[in-house]
Amino acid sequence: MAASAPDGVGSSSETGLNLLALTSQIAAIEEVFARLFRIRQGCGHWPSLVMWTCLMSELSTTFSNAAPTASTTANDDSAGGAAPDNAEADVVIALEGVVAVLGNFPALAGVSLTVQRGEIVLLKGPNGAGKTTLLRLCAGLLPVERGTASILGFDLVTQRQLVRPHVGLLGHQNGLYLDLSVRENVEFWGRTVGASAQEIASAMSRMGVAERLADVPVRKLSAGQKRRTSLACLVARRAQVWLLDEPHAGLDAAGRDELDATLGQAARSGATILVASHELERAGGLATRSVEVVAGQVVTDTNEPLGSE
Amino acid sequence: MNTVAVARLIAAKDLRVERRSKIVTNQVLPFAGITMVSFAFALDKQNVLDTVAPGLVWLATMFSLLIIVQRTFAIETDDGALDAMRVAGVDPRAIFIGKALALGVQLLMLEAMLFGAAVIFYGESIPSEHVFASVVLLVTTMLSATCGLAAVGTLYGGLAAGFKGSETLLPLLTLPAVAPVLIGATKAVESAVGTSGAVVSEGWQWVGLLTVFAVAAVVGGALAFGPLIDD
Repeated sequence: MAASAPDGVGSSSETGLNLLALTSQIAAIEEVFARLFRIRQGCGHWPSLVMWTCLMSELSTTFSNAAPTASTTANDDSAGGAAPDNAEADVVIALEGVVAVLGNFPALAGVSLTVQRGEIVLLKGPNGAGKTTLLRLCAGLLPVERGTASILGFDLVTQRQLVRPHVGLLGHQNGLYLDLSVRENVEFWGRTVGASAQEIASAMSRMGVAERLADVPVRKLSAGQKRRTSLACLVARRAQVWLLDEPHAGLDAAGRDELDATLGQAARSGATILVASHELERAGGLATRSVEVVAGQVVTDTNEPLGSE
Repeated sequence: MNTVAVARLIAAKDLRVERRSKIVTNQVLPFAGITMVSFAFALDKQNVLDTVAPGLVWLATMFSLLIIVQRTFAIETDDGALDAMRVAGVDPRAIFIGKALALGVQLLMLEAMLFGAAVIFYGESIPSEHVFASVVLLVTTMLSATCGLAAVGTLYGGLAAGFKGSETLLPLLTLPAVAPVLIGATKAVESAVGTSGAVVSEGWQWVGLLTVFAVAAVVGGALAFGPLIDD
């Protein structure tokens, strides 16, 4: 009969391993200083260089392994940024039985979801249900552990890096440079994808930040104006899929109205939008479809917008 | 957009942010100057200062480097811009090269000021018999050392930016890694200014070390930066 490990054995062995790793890191740092001292004592500079290159490479690896998770996906962006031909061109997001883990926790436990071009889909559900994880997975920031997933025809398992230029993720932060003006921010993000001056001006105009606000430093903007600037950056860098996490948070009534108008306009222009929100009345009125996520799974999926319920 | 064009864009953006915020000019440069004055107070004997001045200049550079690196990544993390760049699929090599370029420009400004401070506070001077050769050695040392410092600072700055407690982690990672630059640049500058009878020709082997270190740091950094900042 196989003996099962008593409770606590796993955690104490994990603690032991962590201590071992910490001890080895301290030993590595001690070794750095010891060798440094010997270099100072006058050994030749070529052996020093070789030794330092090896040491630093080892230290980088050590600390890199200590990072939350290291990407293992090949950075093969040389393949180009154009979306591949998709037999079903209107299907923008296609997830089937997708599993994603955060550490050892299965944050998504078999999500299946299909989203068509131009849809505004509301993701609802309690805290910790997996909404934000789902958005991050669609943005190519999390690996797919199991299942099949594609965004704009790119396979999220093998082409995660290629998905990123085509999606925009707006989370709790806006991704702006606070010391630069609105115009400078939109220009910067637009130019990273080679957008023309006309495209940049058009993006600013669409989001209502072209005139009075254009030369104001972002630091001086209201929360709503920062959101609009951030959305202008998404438009300027030609994001086709907008992934928005609690976009109404921190906005006053006027700011929320402005944001809703902006999102509606973007969807009419062909953008596909996923909105994770707890503010069901507000986001539901905007959405064309609502999906409920609970415990990492899609439990309801209805084409009835919440505003009509 | 190719990698070089995006790197230029990022470097220009970083320098523009610095021009607006004036953190380096109003805070880091005065800090470096105060460090030099403090060294002069602590080693208040002219013969000691003559001997150690080149090392003190590079030590002050290292300390200031840590502040500039923290600042250069603070502008990326204040409002989640580094994450936004990852989501936007910006080539990590372009981010690395762009940020290292901007950091290098700021470091060169800093080093020029510190050498000026060494002349004023420590009475350093270039030997009159080899002025041209000494100046060439000094400038080459500054350029090669700056490349190495900027590359290592950017690499570890990017790595530390993803950690809680990055303020304390950054010096722990960076100072050991830039020790070869401290040693090589100090020796080369000693040769350039003739400290303790050193001659200019002795300095070039240290410039060789600094150059190889800089190339290794730039190439290694460009390759490692993507995986290090990626979740």
